[in-house]
Amino acid sequence: MEVKDANSALLSNYEVFQLLTDLKEQRKESGKNKHSSGQQNLNTITYETLKYISKTPCRHQSPEIVREFLTAMKSHKLTKAEKLQLLNHRPVTAVEIQLMVEESEERLTEEQIEALLHTVTSILPAGPEAEQKKNTNSDVAMDEEDPA
Amino acid sequence: MFVLVEMVDTVRIPPWQFERKLNDSIAEELNKKLANKVVYNVGLCICLFDITRLEDAYVFPGDGASHTKVHFRYVVFHPFLDEILIGKIKGCSPEGVHVSLGFFDDILIPPESLQQPAKFDEAEQVWVWEYETEEGAHDLYMDTGEEIRFRVVDESFVDTSPTGPSSADATTSSEELPKKEAPYTLVGSISEPGLGLLSWWTSN
Repeated sequence: MEVKDANSALLSNYEVFQLLTDLKEQRKESGKNKHSSGQQNLNTITYETLKYISKTPCRHQSPEIVREFLTAMKSHKLTKAEKLQLLNHRPVTAVEIQLMVEESEERLTEEQIEALLHTVTSILPAGPEAEQKKNTNSDVAMDEEDPA
Repeated sequence: MFVLVEMVDTVRIPPWQFERKLNDSIAEELNKKLANKVVYNVGLCICLFDITRLEDAYVFPGDGASHTKVHFRYVVFHPFLDEILIGKIKGCSPEGVHVSLGFFDDILIPPESLQQPAKFDEAEQVWVWEYETEEGAHDLYMDTGEEIRFRVVDESFVDTSPTGPSSADATTSSEELPKKEAPYTLVGSISEPGLGLLSWWTSN
């Protein structure tokens, strides 16, 4: 076996999530040979990877959202690796931006960091836990109104 | 976190699978060979992305199976240097904090890369960050199962292919099991603001 190019392209977590979900669907349809010993490794790795990615914000992304995000990012002049990290992690605080963008104190002013955070949080949908938190918050608000 | 790797390999399809579509058989064989395995200096292989080229299939004398040279792309887990990842703490030991991503377990954060000052609590076998504020020192425990954000600072590949039969001296100690080394390990660091347990940095 020969490796021709060990780094031919970077994949976002969303793309891998999509690929594994499609693969799972395909294999569910063809049914019979999932449990043969040879396929056990594929089953394990797809299950674990899908489990990991499902807990990240990438779960709710779509090709249109990713395209919109990359177009919006053009003005900020970030490297490919930095944009990929922002896409995969969806940072909500300035501290996280400083971790993902190299030398952010020198390259970005405070307003630019705020603008970047705003773009990220408005275009990319929140992760599954944030959705849950939003729902429980609205439940609590309703409970407080009743006794009054 | 994931990269696409272009590879070339010769895939052997046994005669009893000739009725299946060639592409399906080849995809299954490639996944059987590579999924969940570490390729030296490449990373942990996840699944087949696509087949880019199939060359002619040959049948060799003495072997009824067909051999096809396949050019394909595979999804591989290979975080780049300085990438930020989020994982779960698997446990702590004097060597450092062990982190797992679910599908990949061999991530270690050595003691010198923890938020300083840090100490190892022998009684509970857990690493603690002694966070100092004006009110006094808070002990922040790094408990098992907690989510942790870390930066990848180093990776190491070990060639675990079997070596030839050892010399006569070594066979006397054949009672001891050879130490199992992980083929691919990552070294992380949490010594920057924003890194460490997610609960340390969320402002709810």
